[in-house]
Amino acid sequence: MTMFSIKKTKLKKSFQKAARGIVNIIPLLIGVVLLTSLISKAIPISFYNSVLGKGFFRDVFWGNILGSIAAGNPVTSYILGGEILNQGVSLLAVTAFLVAWVTVGVAQLPFEAKVLGSKFAIIRNLLSFVFVFLVAFLTVALVNLIC
Amino acid sequence: MLKEKLKKISFDRYFLALVIILYIYFWFTNPGIFQESLKFAFSISLKVIPVFILVFVLMVLVNYFVSRDYLVKQLGRRGYRKWVFAVVAGIISSGPIYIWYPLLGELKEKGASYGLIACFLYNRSLKIPLIPIFLLYFSLEFIITLGLVMIVASLVQAQIIEKII
Repeated sequence: MTMFSIKKTKLKKSFQKAARGIVNIIPLLIGVVLLTSLISKAIPISFYNSVLGKGFFRDVFWGNILGSIAAGNPVTSYILGGEILNQGVSLLAVTAFLVAWVTVGVAQLPFEAKVLGSKFAIIRNLLSFVFVFLVAFLTVALVNLIC
Repeated sequence: MLKEKLKKISFDRYFLALVIILYIYFWFTNPGIFQESLKFAFSISLKVIPVFILVFVLMVLVNYFVSRDYLVKQLGRRGYRKWVFAVVAGIISSGPIYIWYPLLGELKEKGASYGLIACFLYNRSLKIPLIPIFLLYFSLEFIITLGLVMIVASLVQAQIIEKII
């Protein structure tokens, strides 16, 4: 096999893998876009203000809880997080939500425990949950300092 | 037979079906919200779809230049370099997390520490090809700051896990 044909096959495989990755998230993405839109229109802004915007710990705690339970591709968390930010939810709560979404995996916990051990999986996820508070606070503090 | 077929349907499809049912409910009970929500969903889609083309190109490039074998080899290095590679490997690794668990289990058996695995897993949350989507909603300053804070957090978490387990 020539070098050219090897590269061509590799490129084809890379293309197919990326295409599969995109196609796989389409149903979830459509669902998230539709649900986000419905929530945005059906739930008044006053509801968000009644749950969030009540102080650092409460905001980050609820952002953390919601993000930890949710599962899926990070893209969906960016869209969801971005839209609730536009609804007036604080950047702190949204940051906590984004970080928890990608670092705490309640849904994947059984799989992680099976392969890497229960002790590791539980400690890692608990630590990630605690770290959400630190990461959210530090990020927002630094961004406020920079901008 | 039916039970087996239902088991094969992924969570994503159930989720989409549930959202469609919700929309049908609003269509009958509150057509105003139904129409407004659809319009809003359409406007979000118009923003997101063009960016996905860029995301796709970036994904092809990552898949082409970074192989799984290369990542495994680099994670086996000694000293501080293994931490650098755990961070980099986490960031550039692609695909859903469950694809990586068997490989991480294998690495553990070959002597990789729990801290290193935790560091890799934490950094998987930073996805370079997805930055264009992120930029639709958040500033570049925010994305860079969040990325840097998360890299530091991953290393601190890894050290704590090394001590605990």
